[in-house]
Amino acid sequence: MAVTLTEKAAQHVSNFLQKRGKGVGLRLGVRTSGCSGMAYKLEFVDEVDGEDEVYESHGIKVFVDARSLPYIDGTELDYTREGLNEGFKFNNPNIKDQCGCGESFNV
Amino acid sequence: MALFHIAEPGESAAPHQHKLAVGIDLGTTNSLVATVRSGMAVVLNDEQGRPLLPSIVRYLPDGQVEVGYGAQSWQARDPKNTVVSVKRFMGRGRKDIAHVESLPYDFVDEPGMVRVKTCAGVKSPVEVSAEILKVAKARAEAHLGGELVGAVITVPAYFDDAQRQATKDAARLAGINVLRLLNEPTAAAIAYGLDNAAEGIYAVYDLGGGTFDISILKLSKGVFEVLATGGDSALGGDDFDQRIFCWVLEQAKLPPLSHEDARLIMTRAREAKEFLTSHAEAPITVKLSSGPTIDLTLDVATFAEITRNLVTKTLQAVRKALRDAGLRPEEVKGVVMVGGSTRVPQVQRAVAEFFGQEPLNNLDPDKVVALGAATQANLLVGNKTGGDDWLLLDVIPLSLGLETMGGLVEKVIPRNSTIPAARAQDFTTFKDGQTAMAIHVVQGERELVSDCRSLARFELRGIPPMVAGAARIRVTFQVDADGLLAVSAREQTTGVESSITVKPSYGLSDDEIAAMLKDSMSHAKDDAQRRALKEAQVEAQRLIEATQAALKEDAHLLSAEEIARIEASIAKLQTLMLGDNRRHINLAMDDLGYETQEFAHRRMDQSVKRALAGRKVDDLNTAEEGSQS
Repeated sequence: MAVTLTEKAAQHVSNFLQKRGKGVGLRLGVRTSGCSGMAYKLEFVDEVDGEDEVYESHGIKVFVDARSLPYIDGTELDYTREGLNEGFKFNNPNIKDQCGCGESFNV
Repeated sequence: MALFHIAEPGESAAPHQHKLAVGIDLGTTNSLVATVRSGMAVVLNDEQGRPLLPSIVRYLPDGQVEVGYGAQSWQARDPKNTVVSVKRFMGRGRKDIAHVESLPYDFVDEPGMVRVKTCAGVKSPVEVSAEILKVAKARAEAHLGGELVGAVITVPAYFDDAQRQATKDAARLAGINVLRLLNEPTAAAIAYGLDNAAEGIYAVYDLGGGTFDISILKLSKGVFEVLATGGDSALGGDDFDQRIFCWVLEQAKLPPLSHEDARLIMTRAREAKEFLTSHAEAPITVKLSSGPTIDLTLDVATFAEITRNLVTKTLQAVRKALRDAGLRPEEVKGVVMVGGSTRVPQVQRAVAEFFGQEPLNNLDPDKVVALGAATQANLLVGNKTGGDDWLLLDVIPLSLGLETMGGLVEKVIPRNSTIPAARAQDFTTFKDGQTAMAIHVVQGERELVSDCRSLARFELRGIPPMVAGAARIRVTFQVDADGLLAVSAREQTTGVESSITVKPSYGLSDDEIAAMLKDSMSHAKDDAQRRALKEAQVEAQRLIEATQAALKEDAHLLSAEEIARIEASIAKLQTLMLGDNRRHINLAMDDLGYETQEFAHRRMDQSVKRALAGRKVDDLNTAEEGSQS
């Protein structure tokens, strides 16, 4: 299994990294909080931590820490547009249920 | 399903904690909304993908309101109910507005701010601006998928207190929480990240559709100070179109044109101008309704030639602003270009030549102000911390002042002054032989000390004994770039000094500031009356003390009956001044003044006699000459 990006998501990440001027990749993770137990983390990565799992997807390095991996293994990160709003979307096969807004979830 | 954005390392927001903040460029001609997404400031487009929101509001008879492109199309057909360039009326009275006769509106002159009569009722500029801001807010919320926490709204650097307050009121009316008003040139500088750069002087050259503004900024410790502003409120991109229009008429030797043809040529002129930003030549082809077809080619050199004096005019304003700031062009570290008209190549060239450096122009000049405001908004709501945790604290949120006799506040630095700021004011002693002065530093908008926030107290001791009013005590308030207030007091004749340092901006929370502002507005009338009463009480006390001192010294000049009358008068005033009837206090003061008039004359005569006693006329003459030389 792995964590992957869609081509569209990779394109946007690459754009953001370039405009930001620094950073080696993208970190996906979870932490415990929120109304349904867990919340996603989506951050730029500036320093590589040897403990992380590293995947490469459409030329973008994706970092996942070992503790988060079981909860998001198999996730595909997409970039979508909903009306005027646009942003990244987690397609996570591990989810059992999530709160109404989807910012927080349970596995 | 929620959509996510990439956060800085270690800064992912907790669920439902995402703070949505935008920057709004509330422009004269167009407005824009921007926000920060995945670390990047972006302008938010409307459903049709258009970034601009024309700052035009049309009122319909049924009470409906149309804003933006929809209203723009009605500008010619329904001019009285279609308000354009409302920014020019913000916080202004009728007499403050230039060319008010040539505007199509029915103005209603009301105290404070002019109002426009529309078919939907009389509207104040604040209400009109609020309509624009409501649309901006709706656009932001549609994009961000949630409720806005707040917005940074930009205003011209030269906006005064009334204009800034009007802008804030408009935002509140639109249901927007204003995080801060930010000067437009400062926003442009932030968009270019100059705030992270080294300290220095920056120039912001803003050539919009109808106005030209130049601002000279000084950056130190992450704070922008506006050193000078200048410009021309009737010079902009429209004038460049006009020049091309005239050139076309001249070249084609056209007879007087119909309204429709004139507008057609004007449109082609604007297109040609825009074409010339990236091409050497622009074709101008117009088929006139009157028959003939115009087919001309305008090249860059000719375009530069016919608009030369427009560019020169902007540079004159730049020169003047630099002179006001006491600077030379080579002292400017960077030049930021703002406004669509700065795309014109000869403008770019002239500015580069003037400052001896290439101006910053890689951001879209129409969007740069909104982008900077968004960056600032993102920072203020706390979406970005660590690393660059600077806070652009460029104005004083509430007035700073001193307590004077009777518990009144004397404002020394008014609210919204840009910082760093330093102001001095002279005070004097209230009683004869007073050797110390308590200095009580307060913050707030109210007239009475008890209604303001006390910040600090200290004492100035060692004032030499003098008669009341003779000492000159200069109190200096200084707010530095970090928002720290230092107050010092110095007696001018002896040089005795005392000082204290306080932190005003940390003393009050935003909520407290808001509450105090609300208070000051609702109590303005009340306060004025209480202030007048206090002033009368203080004056009465001073009058009584002066009279008693004079009686003690010169009672021999008066008959027993006269003394009794004066004392009765004093007693009456003493009783009345404890009450709250200002009119009665004033009447009693007049009464005492009348009773002591004769006494004052006799004292004057006596002191003149004393001064002249035993001196010859000649001595007096020499003394006079001496004092004249």
